[in-house]
Amino acid sequence: MSTSVEVSPGASTELSPAEPTPSISARIRQRLESLGALAVMTGKVFSRAVRPPYDWGALVYHTESLGVRSMPIALLTSTFAGLVISLQFGFFLARFGVQYTVGRVVILTLFRELAPVLTALTVGARIGSGIAAELGSMVVTEQVDAIRALGADPLRKLVVPRVLACLLVLPTLTVLADVIGLLAGALAVNLQYGITLELFFQGALDTVFLSDFTSGVLKGAVFGVIIGLVGCFKGLTVEGGTEGVGRATTQSVAITSVTVCLADFFITKLTLYL
Amino acid sequence: MRLSAPRPSLEFHRPTPGEELIHFEHLKKSFGPKRVFDDLELSVNAGETLVVIGGSGTGKSVLLKCLIGLLYPDAGRILFQGQDVTRFREEDFFAVRRLVAMVFQGAALFDSLTVGENVAYPLREHFPELSPEELSQRVAEKLALVNLPGTEGMMPADLSGGMRKRVGLARAIATNPEIILWDEPTTGLDPVTTQSINAMINSMKEKLGCTSIVVTHDMVSAFAVGDRIAMLANRRIVQAGTPEEMRRSTVPEVRAFLDARRAELEPREVAS
Repeated sequence: MSTSVEVSPGASTELSPAEPTPSISARIRQRLESLGALAVMTGKVFSRAVRPPYDWGALVYHTESLGVRSMPIALLTSTFAGLVISLQFGFFLARFGVQYTVGRVVILTLFRELAPVLTALTVGARIGSGIAAELGSMVVTEQVDAIRALGADPLRKLVVPRVLACLLVLPTLTVLADVIGLLAGALAVNLQYGITLELFFQGALDTVFLSDFTSGVLKGAVFGVIIGLVGCFKGLTVEGGTEGVGRATTQSVAITSVTVCLADFFITKLTLYL
Repeated sequence: MRLSAPRPSLEFHRPTPGEELIHFEHLKKSFGPKRVFDDLELSVNAGETLVVIGGSGTGKSVLLKCLIGLLYPDAGRILFQGQDVTRFREEDFFAVRRLVAMVFQGAALFDSLTVGENVAYPLREHFPELSPEELSQRVAEKLALVNLPGTEGMMPADLSGGMRKRVGLARAIATNPEIILWDEPTTGLDPVTTQSINAMINSMKEKLGCTSIVVTHDMVSAFAVGDRIAMLANRRIVQAGTPEEMRRSTVPEVRAFLDARRAELEPREVAS
């Protein structure tokens, strides 16, 4: 028995207004255009960042609001990352009878990978979406137009302090995550497998080179810039009112996460062979 | 190409009252497939209040934004005091934006700043040499001019719609501009507040001698403040003239606008 509901052609066009689905080539063009616009914005942001006048007040304000308030989430993540990888490595290294090397493995994993990447993913989602939503709302309420109309430069006023704050905040949080993750890991293997803290830290510090530490911090800095730029770009290019703000916010999180993972691969490749 | 266009010398010709100040010439603008202007022509004379009326979504605000470089037209010229601003780069608009102030539809006040800081914002940008005392004196003076004295410390969120509009005006006139652009100044306001905003538009002309371009779909406001009225419809200016000429207009788009308003104000017949 047919139960299909007949819809008149007139009604269907009324329900779905004529909005042609963009073809694949049009979509690719659109993506490339926004990539180009992001590249142009990046250039402008850095050229403004190095030229006076410098707005130290705004930089301090954003470093505080983006960084200090992100500390709990960053530290909580790194604590559990440290606990989990220590337990995992401790368990499997014991199979080979070399559980005393757990400190060496944990410190390398944390410093080179887990601390910068996990910090960027969690903190990035928090501050990237916050930036996109804030700037997007300013665009929708014409505040960004007002900044321009009043003779100021939105890139200098809004974007530069936020990107620079991210550039400072992410490496700092990465270093904190290194320390907290390592401490949590040491305690976990001490309690679980009875490996002394001295043995853990001695192994750890014997193995690690300064370059392992700096490569993680460098990653943090690059991820910070990515988070700041993507958040600001998605915010400033909001279209379509409040719905657009929501879309920009979720997109900024998705783009940031993917870009962080991609950048991580290339920076790892670069730092391992330099 | 805009990038290779020669940088124009920024010598503005100051017209005498009644002389042509702004001329929109063969203006074209589209957003994707949507065409907003097609060969739009409009001129504004120094010292007058020109009201641009038109339905929602006809691109009235776009016209204002093109003048101060917030949007770029696709083709055509906008002559402002003898300079074609469509050839300007972003940094060249700095000089234009000191002379032309815009009062935004939703006031567009900066939420994170107090009323006083909002009004001081353009002063800091255009006159960085002002001392803090001069700055606060200028802010107080402008707030008094819009009948909001002593509100410097309030936050925008604590203000009513009409007050926000007036703070937006105080911020716009902080730099003593020669031209004020009003984007839907009375939309969303009650009739009494609407009347006070209309009075303010007229008083700005008297007190500051400003030229105003008012964009609105409120016919009552248009006739209350306009020296001339221009109707934007079908992507161009279909008629421009004095309020009296507009009242007698036979242009269908203008008639439709006037008659709709008249029908709205007539008493309804109630079935007994």
